[in-house]
Amino acid sequence: MATVTMIKALINGIPVEIEQGTSILDAARKVQVNIPTLCKHADLAASAGCGICIVKIKNSRKMLRSCCTPLENNMEIITHDPEIVQTRRTVLELILSNHPKDCLICGRNNDCELQKIAADFGIRQDRFDHILPEIPVDRSTGTIILDPKKCIKCGRCVDVCQNRQDVWALSFIQRGFKTRISPAGDIKLADSPCVRCGQCSAHCPTGAIFENDETQKVWDLLQDQDKFCVVQIAPAVRVAVGEGFGYPVGTNLTKKLYALLRRLGFKTVFDTNFGADLTILEEAAEFVERFVNKKGPLPLITSCCPAWVDYLEKYYGDMIGLFSSAKSPHEMVGAMTKTYYAQKKNIDPAKIKVISIMPCTAKKYEISRTSDMSASGFQDVDVVLTTRELIRMIKQAGVDFNNLPDEDADLILGDYAGAGTIFGATGGVMEAALRTAYFNVTGENLKNVNFTAVRGLEGVKETTVDVKGIQVKIAVAHGLANVKFVMDKVQDAIKNGQPVPYHFIEVMACPGGCVGGGGQPYMVTDEIRKQRAKGLYDEDAAAKVRCSHENFHVQQLYREFLEKPLSHKAHELLHTHYKSRPLYVK
Amino acid sequence: MVEETLVEDVKKVVERWKEKRGNLIMVLHDVQDRYGYVPREASLEVSRQLDVPLARIYEVLTFYNYFKLQSPGKFNISVCLGTACYLKGAPALIDEVRHLLHVEEGQSTKDGLFHLQIVRCLGCCGLAPVITVKDKVYSAVKRADVVNIIAEHSNQKVEV
Repeated sequence: MATVTMIKALINGIPVEIEQGTSILDAARKVQVNIPTLCKHADLAASAGCGICIVKIKNSRKMLRSCCTPLENNMEIITHDPEIVQTRRTVLELILSNHPKDCLICGRNNDCELQKIAADFGIRQDRFDHILPEIPVDRSTGTIILDPKKCIKCGRCVDVCQNRQDVWALSFIQRGFKTRISPAGDIKLADSPCVRCGQCSAHCPTGAIFENDETQKVWDLLQDQDKFCVVQIAPAVRVAVGEGFGYPVGTNLTKKLYALLRRLGFKTVFDTNFGADLTILEEAAEFVERFVNKKGPLPLITSCCPAWVDYLEKYYGDMIGLFSSAKSPHEMVGAMTKTYYAQKKNIDPAKIKVISIMPCTAKKYEISRTSDMSASGFQDVDVVLTTRELIRMIKQAGVDFNNLPDEDADLILGDYAGAGTIFGATGGVMEAALRTAYFNVTGENLKNVNFTAVRGLEGVKETTVDVKGIQVKIAVAHGLANVKFVMDKVQDAIKNGQPVPYHFIEVMACPGGCVGGGGQPYMVTDEIRKQRAKGLYDEDAAAKVRCSHENFHVQQLYREFLEKPLSHKAHELLHTHYKSRPLYVK
Repeated sequence: MVEETLVEDVKKVVERWKEKRGNLIMVLHDVQDRYGYVPREASLEVSRQLDVPLARIYEVLTFYNYFKLQSPGKFNISVCLGTACYLKGAPALIDEVRHLLHVEEGQSTKDGLFHLQIVRCLGCCGLAPVITVKDKVYSAVKRADVVNIIAEHSNQKVEV
């Protein structure tokens, strides 16, 4: 085992003892010294991009970037003196000299790292001529809006897109003053490998990469007396929305959200968790069909994540047959709302508008991906809002969110089992599916429904599950950079005519799964991902009903409407197709 | 116009440099030598054969001034903007080329005959300001000379 070497140093005369290899920036924080920085994100490696975090070593005039300089034994660091502060100020003024000044009408107003640091430094005038590059806004994806004028070249989006996600949609092109973020060769983002995961937008310090804000569209629908607005919230939203209102990270606000959504004017409040249970019944049935009855290829690969679906269609066209045809949970709720619920309540489905609140930017794309997404005869989900958009809507609504009383969701598409709620964390779909698949194969419920081996933030989780003597081999990957390992193994086995290495694979595009989604609140780190996931696992642990197949209202839906999993009707409304859309190799 | 031999051309170049670490720049140099610029189709092929993401290739192509992304035209007008040429009035020469040919830096005329390139020092500062067209060097150029330089080449038969 590697031994940890501790070192001792002085930061502004304050003794600090810390693990060798810690950056000066992080070491300083341990002794309550905040060195300002614009480019360093706690979730990403240091890039030394902005030049704000400079410090000096005592008796040296040289300035070092503290984000990427490790503290050394006996170093004496000075983080603040007149020269350092003035230099930082100049760097900041230079950045501001080519940044637009339309803060008041920018989506990041009051939530922008550049704005905050300018305020902290007390910048009151332009020291340098204001030069703005003329670069057009790229709205081509309809989900993520690229406005390179507002970019401060911190490099976070490029790092997360290339290294964490291995997508390579974004890069820096040109050099010097002309440097800007762009897809390869200056093409539109929609023509690039971008899968709309939105990790770039969740890590951007300014408004340069921003979700397509559709809150006004929803306000308009809510005001329209002719429309019947139905809302649903995804699992991961309930444990992240509180971050916008001062709650401890991971606080589960499900019932407060139901109350809030009614205050906003939604006539019916459903829960995507119901759709998650429904997805599990379809997907577990699909698994049993393929695994036990040998009708269809293995491994079965989950398809709830639209960024992953997009990635598969682009890069693994030959493996489309392995994908689960089950739609994602919110699409299922949308389709059921405009068919089953509309019939039951005698509402004209043409007047129903379904709004999904999601931790995800790619869901905005998913709702019109193919004509399958209009299985009800209308587009099944009309608008997708991210968690960040919901937070802004709450602030606009004049509701004292923190003091709202709890309420329940509407029946029947608002009830859920513990299995439905853990969908929001990496491994959650797999765990939920295994609980029901076990029942489908053996006719018995598991004594212990917890599959802890698939939980947690390890990039690829492989394990074997014993289903009464039958070994089911599974893999769980999250963060698209981790997908290659799993898919290559499968591809190699198929190519060489060997038995497949897994029977069941879960993939979520974002690190940590949906709790770390591209539409979630800013400044995410692994610690925050863990806390959000804990909020979901705690809810599952406390739930009376843990397994999707025991959700009474899902059973009712099958009894009254869908007959049984994989029935003709279920196929028509709850399943979809994929097609290969090959792009250039990235 | 990118040749049908592109895949083979790239294969040869990749073969030549495949053992070399950090071979991307060498490969791109060879591609540019072959075509006069680096066509997108060639970048895509290099990306496939070297297994380097296209985004990384364009990071390199756009970082270095030397690489061209568009066909340079039959006659490449290189105006030097090194320090000496700059001081001796090269910016006015660039203005004049732009004005006469309706092209910006890095662009070719619609008929594909001329391409305007701005280069840094050509190593003959005593002759500043310098323009080169193909292999011919024009020294101590004045703004009024530019029209004649262009005319001289416009009248030449285009070699095929």
